[in-house]
Amino acid sequence: MAQAKAKYLTLEEGFFAAFLLVLAFACVIIAGKTYDQVMAFHTSIGALFAASGAFIIFKNYFDDGGVDIPQEVGGKPNYNLGPIKFGAWAAVFWGVAGFTVGLIIALQLAYPVLNFDLPWTNFGRLRPLHTSAVIFAFGGNVLLASSFYVVQRTCRARMPGRIAPWFVILGYNAFIVIAGTGYLLGATQSKEYAEPEWYADLWLTIVWVVYLLVFMGTLWKRKEPHIYVANWFYLAFIVTIAMLHIVNNLTIPVSVFGTKSYILWSGVQDAMVQWWYGHNAVGFFLTAGFLAIMYYFIPKRADRPVYSYRLSIVHFWALIFLYIWAGPHHLHYTALPQWASTLGATFSIMLWMPSWGGMINGLMTLSGAWDKLRTDPVLRMMVVSVAFYGMSTFEGPLMSLRSVNSLSHYTDWTIGHVHSGALGWVGYISFGALYCLIPWLWKKRQVYSLKLVNWHFWISTIGIVLYICAMWVSGIMQGLMWRAYDRLGFLEYSFIETVEAMHPFYVIRAMGGALFVIGSLIMAYNLYMTVRYGEAEEAETASGEALAPAE
Amino acid sequence: MSLWKKHEIFEKKSFVLLVGIVIVIAIGGLVEIVPLFYLKSTIEKVEGMRPYTPLELAGRNVYVREGCYLCHSQMIRPMRDEIERYGHFSLAAESMYDHPFQWGSKRTGPDLARVGGKYSDEWHLDHLIDPRSVVPESIMPGYPFLSEAKVEDREISAHLEANAVAGVPYSQEQIDNARLDLRAQADPEGNDVDAFLERYPNAIVRDFDGNPGEVTEMDALIAYLQMMGTLVDFSIYDDKANLR
Amino acid sequence: MNESYTAMASFAQTWGLVYFVILFLCVLAYALWPKNRKRFDEAAHIPLRED
Repeated sequence: MAQAKAKYLTLEEGFFAAFLLVLAFACVIIAGKTYDQVMAFHTSIGALFAASGAFIIFKNYFDDGGVDIPQEVGGKPNYNLGPIKFGAWAAVFWGVAGFTVGLIIALQLAYPVLNFDLPWTNFGRLRPLHTSAVIFAFGGNVLLASSFYVVQRTCRARMPGRIAPWFVILGYNAFIVIAGTGYLLGATQSKEYAEPEWYADLWLTIVWVVYLLVFMGTLWKRKEPHIYVANWFYLAFIVTIAMLHIVNNLTIPVSVFGTKSYILWSGVQDAMVQWWYGHNAVGFFLTAGFLAIMYYFIPKRADRPVYSYRLSIVHFWALIFLYIWAGPHHLHYTALPQWASTLGATFSIMLWMPSWGGMINGLMTLSGAWDKLRTDPVLRMMVVSVAFYGMSTFEGPLMSLRSVNSLSHYTDWTIGHVHSGALGWVGYISFGALYCLIPWLWKKRQVYSLKLVNWHFWISTIGIVLYICAMWVSGIMQGLMWRAYDRLGFLEYSFIETVEAMHPFYVIRAMGGALFVIGSLIMAYNLYMTVRYGEAEEAETASGEALAPAE
Repeated sequence: MSLWKKHEIFEKKSFVLLVGIVIVIAIGGLVEIVPLFYLKSTIEKVEGMRPYTPLELAGRNVYVREGCYLCHSQMIRPMRDEIERYGHFSLAAESMYDHPFQWGSKRTGPDLARVGGKYSDEWHLDHLIDPRSVVPESIMPGYPFLSEAKVEDREISAHLEANAVAGVPYSQEQIDNARLDLRAQADPEGNDVDAFLERYPNAIVRDFDGNPGEVTEMDALIAYLQMMGTLVDFSIYDDKANLR
Repeated sequence: MNESYTAMASFAQTWGLVYFVILFLCVLAYALWPKNRKRFDEAAHIPLRED
């Protein structure tokens, strides 16, 4: 290579290397001084990860790292695909793992003996593991990978930095490992969907800031005059999650040598902050982020532009404007003042409009090409996911009404609602994105087997239907049994009678979950075979990649 | 030159987008959260409320660690059936010292906001070790390991201090004697009981887990469960003063 | 408590509403402005252009 080797580490490499070395050093000190075993374990992992990171940066530099990476190859942007490939496979792995843990806890509710009465196998510790694994590990990796792909493609520019994108994707997965093992070992804040303890939160904040910088940096470098709407949604997702995460995790650690911390907020204030966080994690993580996927992958796969770009702009502003208010509807009839929960419910009802506007926009992109639903199961999966989005955003505002909420709150109806959104919308749009992304990343013409995609689709659809129907019945039944009175004016059922009545539905739910797990295993196999044996794309595009330096 | 100018505007535009998003998302949170720090009903003090004793706090930490809130709520809503089933509806003040709050969002098991005093210590012990030994249809996991685990009390003063930083009114005396108080509460025969009761009037002093030799996590958890919802005396509480 | 609630409610029902309507109209105007039409049509095709 004729290119001159730089004499020094770049500023970026130097900064990350120094940061990781300091971190590794701090971890070693804490590991040595603490008598909290979980902290010792986590700081050991931290030291190992950080030191390996620094080692790789130096090794890369001494091998060939001094060579500049070209921004363009043969007149085309030299996209940085390495971190995306990692993120895509991490998503597949965490997805299968998270669904499996979900199946286990579903079985535990039907057959309590499966708790084994050990600390690290009990429902209370596995349930956060399930929710974090599917939302943050599976969903998060899908969002990270797809956002890096979409922002580079729609800006026609390589994302900035050599270390930063890798730092984001590896750092994020390190966060997942720390958080997940923490739950099993008993390090948790027990704030729903914000369970990781203070040190994991701190680490995630650093990773997230770098993520925002990489994303914004790509936008700044863009060759395309307009910022495509998918990137708006991604940006809203990144910024809002940063804000929510920080405010909801303002904790006071007992000491730097221990895992335990106390949240700054207490009681009502903590409840409000928590559900402002919780609902907007749904709104901006599980909705805005995945809408970005919808706005890129559906048009791309259907090979036609989005139905109405103008609608998508209105959709964007209306959605982020309204969503942020909806949180208090989780706290109807509690000690939270009524005006706050009513305000939340009002905005939830208004959310019907942008949600359905977005759904129509996604579905109508197919207008004139509906036949593709028959021939392309990947596209079908994504379109069905948009239909599920419509369904659960119809159900959600309904459940936020005070009268409906008085029945549905605290019951399985909520669990069913969450899963129609999580399995149907987030799950299917993610599967669709992965079925698109992995062949694109490895320059394959198509997934290994469309037939298997079809099987995945039908098996998991039956699973979802079983799941949400079982939860509807058990939720509404339990809610009605709690408030049932006999002729003499006494409560008709003791609590344990309502628990007993749930059993058949918990079994059906577990069956539905099992089908969903089987579907995801089929996907993992299919994607593996795509990378391994898939038919290569024409050589013309492949040659461009060959020149790109190995990451 | 002109190309550079254009590019500059685009750079600004993505920043404008960022700022727009931040403004839009900040408003809702501010309007809904900030008033809660000023409204009377959310910051009022109710007679009887006191910070947790060190043993109760340790028990609460076990409750938090094991994720009990995933199946048990601590928030009784003001509906006839709930009041008849669980007791007086929950007041904002009753969770004023809870960092974090544990209201929960699901009742796979019953609400626990007023479980204190409803069952005996022995019932709780049996129930926590093997729930199905006392409630055959129960689907709750067993927690036999709590009886074996000694309460980690080396840093309990620091725990109280962290709570004090977050606004819980622990006195310096309470912080300094936390470790002593933790042991005293589970040892009715001990010499420190009087001093403990002076610092925490009305607290329950018992050997909660029937094992006088050591203070276990079982002691702590049962101590916490037995005080839940018992602090406010509703026979003298004025509902009208706390309209919401 | 009651006064502050009514005060806040009346404020939300008047100025809050006006504020939201104006903002919504701004977004709508931006999205539907005839001059922007071509730009948006081009933008919609961004994902489809291959390089």
